[in-house]
Amino acid sequence: MSRADRHGRVRKDLRVAGVVQGVGFRPYVRELATRLRLSGRVGNDVTGVFIEIEGAPEDVEEFLTALARDAPPLARVEHVQVVERPASGVTGFEIAASHANGARNALVSADSATCADCLRELFDPADRRYRYPFVNCTNCGPRFTIVRDVPYDRPLTTMAGFPMCATCRAEYEDPGDRRFHAQPTCCPACGPRLELDGSTDPLADAVERLAAGQVLAVKGLGGFHLAVLAAHPSAAATLRARKHRADKPFALMVADLDQAAALCELDEPGARELTSHRRPIVLLPRRADAPVAHAVAPGTRELGLMLPYTPLHHLLLRDLAEPIVLTSANLSDEPIAYRDARPLATVADAVLTHNRPIHIHADDSVVRAGSVLRRSRGHAPEPVALALRCPRPVLACGAELKNTFCLARDEYAFMSQHIGDLANHETFTSFTEGIDHFRRLFGITPQVVAHDLHPDYLSTKYALDLTGVDLVGVQHHHAHIASCLADNREAGPVIGVAFDGTGYGPDGTVWGGEFLVADLAGYRRVGHLRPVPMPGGAAAIRQPWRMAAAYLPDLDLPVARRHDKQWATVVAMARNGVNAPLTSSAGRLFDAAAALLDVRDETNYEGQAAIELEQRADPSIVDRYSARTDGLVVHGEDLLRALVADRRAGVDPAVIAARFHNGVADAIVACCASVRESTGLATVALSGGVFQNALLLRRTVNGLRHIGFRVLTHRRVPTNDGGISLGQVAVAATYDI
Amino acid sequence: LAHGAGGKATQTLIDAIFLEAFRNPLLEPLGDAAELAVGGSRLALTTDSFVVTPLFFPGGDIGDLAVNGTVNDLAVAGARPLYLTAGFILEEGLPVAELTRIVGSMRAAADAAGVCVVTGDTKVVHRGKGDGCYINTAGVGVIEYQGQLGLSGVRPGDAVIVSGPIGEHGVTVMLARGDLDIEADLVSDTAPVHGLVAELLACTTGVRAMRDATRGGVATILNEVARTADVAVVVDEDAIPVRPEVRGAAELLGIDPLYVACEGRFVAIVDGAEADRALTAMRRHPLGAQSAVIGRVKADPPGLVLLNTAFGGTRICDLLVGDPLPRIC
Ligand SMILES: [Fe+3]
Ligand SMILES: [Mg+2]
Ligand SMILES: [Zn+2]
Ligand SMILES: [Zn+2]
Repeated sequence: MSRADRHGRVRKDLRVAGVVQGVGFRPYVRELATRLRLSGRVGNDVTGVFIEIEGAPEDVEEFLTALARDAPPLARVEHVQVVERPASGVTGFEIAASHANGARNALVSADSATCADCLRELFDPADRRYRYPFVNCTNCGPRFTIVRDVPYDRPLTTMAGFPMCATCRAEYEDPGDRRFHAQPTCCPACGPRLELDGSTDPLADAVERLAAGQVLAVKGLGGFHLAVLAAHPSAAATLRARKHRADKPFALMVADLDQAAALCELDEPGARELTSHRRPIVLLPRRADAPVAHAVAPGTRELGLMLPYTPLHHLLLRDLAEPIVLTSANLSDEPIAYRDARPLATVADAVLTHNRPIHIHADDSVVRAGSVLRRSRGHAPEPVALALRCPRPVLACGAELKNTFCLARDEYAFMSQHIGDLANHETFTSFTEGIDHFRRLFGITPQVVAHDLHPDYLSTKYALDLTGVDLVGVQHHHAHIASCLADNREAGPVIGVAFDGTGYGPDGTVWGGEFLVADLAGYRRVGHLRPVPMPGGAAAIRQPWRMAAAYLPDLDLPVARRHDKQWATVVAMARNGVNAPLTSSAGRLFDAAAALLDVRDETNYEGQAAIELEQRADPSIVDRYSARTDGLVVHGEDLLRALVADRRAGVDPAVIAARFHNGVADAIVACCASVRESTGLATVALSGGVFQNALLLRRTVNGLRHIGFRVLTHRRVPTNDGGISLGQVAVAATYDI
Repeated sequence: LAHGAGGKATQTLIDAIFLEAFRNPLLEPLGDAAELAVGGSRLALTTDSFVVTPLFFPGGDIGDLAVNGTVNDLAVAGARPLYLTAGFILEEGLPVAELTRIVGSMRAAADAAGVCVVTGDTKVVHRGKGDGCYINTAGVGVIEYQGQLGLSGVRPGDAVIVSGPIGEHGVTVMLARGDLDIEADLVSDTAPVHGLVAELLACTTGVRAMRDATRGGVATILNEVARTADVAVVVDEDAIPVRPEVRGAAELLGIDPLYVACEGRFVAIVDGAEADRALTAMRRHPLGAQSAVIGRVKADPPGLVLLNTAFGGTRICDLLVGDPLPRIC
């Protein structure tokens, strides 16, 4: 109840927490308050934004309702605390000056795509920023990738070297301007410039080179990309050869939704993802007649598309008028190049660069149908809100490949951008430096450190080398399920189905097809795929044909004949236990199926065999192979034997691939039903890299729902190892309570 | 206990249990051999136990391993090997013919290395309590080299030399063990290296340290160098000598030759300015004909071994904890 004063006015003081600084929040509040005839003030302080409003009770109520709902695109209101005060009779609404170091604890926002207002200016010949490739404002532009330290203020960004001209400064200091306190604001008179090999018109030169089929390196927000014309007959193949990248699909950038619709089936949600200010790569069903060269994405049913997200991209794409391949510029497993373009000389014909430094690298994020597969640029370092409160600050070190780390305090989990394969030295350095950077940025000194159980993960070793902290080892698949729970803001207990490639099992075998009864505090392994040897260890991951040998050593198979010289040896390694650790991995079961169906014997990138098997499957097929599930041990070999029998009978491989997928989904559903009988649990959480397989995920979710299960899947963080660090945080925080 | 592969787990075991209990200034360097001042001379003393399955493999058997292993530990400590002891733990049922063959190999190896087996011991354990035969040898040698050897002398700019192609012993034994039906022309590299070491030490005073690359292979030695001397060791993958047969078999077995045991190879860290001279001397000796500089010592990043790969990436070549399990998800 509000107590009105004698004029019928009420006053409320608000504290707003979340991403509310450097995103145009204060001008927005003033605009909203003025429209509702409220008086008072708004300002930044150490914890976010404070607001004092007074006016008619119904107007104050309307303000409270609208505040979060209508907030600027980059703002994220995490929490609003309201205190009633006696009305003071103040008139007018002002933006209060902030303290010099006022922003220390406010949240640094993620990089954001060029907004509609800036885009209009970019292409308005009358605007002073016409065709200026660095136009931005409080509603858009670089953030995370240019911040060197907090508070978020120009001198502590990589814009420090560009003093504002008088015109820019006037905009910057005008509370009514869209560029009020826009730290990276600039113009052709005072801001960064493009360069390309000393060219007088770098942009025109770049467009000309691309049109001619050359490979161009382009400096983006979070690093350099390599670009070629998508439809050019040989440019993409040249790029593959120079980058030593055999088959992994390249992403594409298109100018607009029309260009996107010419390449892919575009529905409403897909269009929404493409145009979101995060501007991820969106995986979309590819049109059969999509005009892209074969080498862009050989043998896939999907293409990864993104829209321009910097003014430079907009200019390039508009002038070119056709789609380009745009892939991270890196050598083998190194992080995306972002400081130094020199190493790109061997790959690119020319480098379109500029003199605004990138402080932190960030690869493009990847999404498919509402799920984040890689959470990076546009997301990091925005926190994932937790449903629990960390008693003490937590650092989670993540996995080994697709590494992300996560720092957490209170209800905030600050997940890093995609880091990558830690065994690469440059990547490992970006991991350790990234942790230090996040610690500074968010003022977090971790007291609890979570890590995987794999003793040879470099992230584990990093954790074990820390002193003065409490260590929490979290089993890999428990972390997957905990990540799914945290993603859904739940605590369990649930039936957790963790299907992935490999993860360290505490029994010394390699896990990866696991049924757990789990909550955030712990887990019990109640079922799994029947373990088989992995002859050659990691070699069996690179060479799926070895898994066919491990599963069906005795059959006379085409895959055996293809590896005539080595087959017997690999079978003997499996039998005699020579470098053949046992694994219950679901990823390896898919590998074996891919080899047995003659889809792929060796992989050139992670998960390739399973991805191609999925591409092969006819989704209209609903029947399936069935596997014995004795005592919740799933006999994967039953599915493979049925597959081989169908193959021999001449059944269409598309039907076989579908029956196999359906069989795996069915085995999962059967096991969950059986666990429900003994435990009464009616919620299933699905996690692990294998659930990136859209067909398997759909079949599994539908099958579980059909028999009355509630199903949790990933939305905000990746189901693959990129999500592990969030699960580690949730487990460690729970353990710490 | 699960501390077989010679990696970090073994290191932890040694530090936590043995060093703790026996701590003294002679033990503390944890070298291949201890250096003792007796009378006017410097002696090197070492001991090693040998456990291998199978007992016989192409190119050798447990007998010559037992002699060469101890001879080599003395050699890389800069000593001229003189006398050995031999202790046998025999499993009941071991055919006498096999034991005779093993002891014959020991005699031949000792003759070749110019050492005498001067005392010994034998125990027999019940059937099933041993893998046929375990052998312990201890050895004593005299250090005539005037320079100072030790990992603490390693510094940035030094060259890393390996004395020949790596991985032959470990891969040979794995193939023999697994009954794997591979036709590979592979034999163990078991050999005494003291002659080659003597050539090296005679040609330059720039040798900082030497280690024989047994358990855990060259990668484990390099990590020991990086950690003990607090330096970076940067290795070029292309420069590491590996015989094609070894490379092929290792690929099939899914193992990395860098982590595979050798029984007749050592790593020498040599003053960078003396590397060419050292290499020339080593290559003149038949055992060192394929010696190679495989990398350099650098200041940064301290404690790490980095591998420049053929594709231009830089991999961290870490000390493995226990049995290697895949890290790829
Ligand atoms: Fe995983
Ligand atoms: Mg030894
Ligand atoms: Zn804007
Ligand atoms: Zn300006």
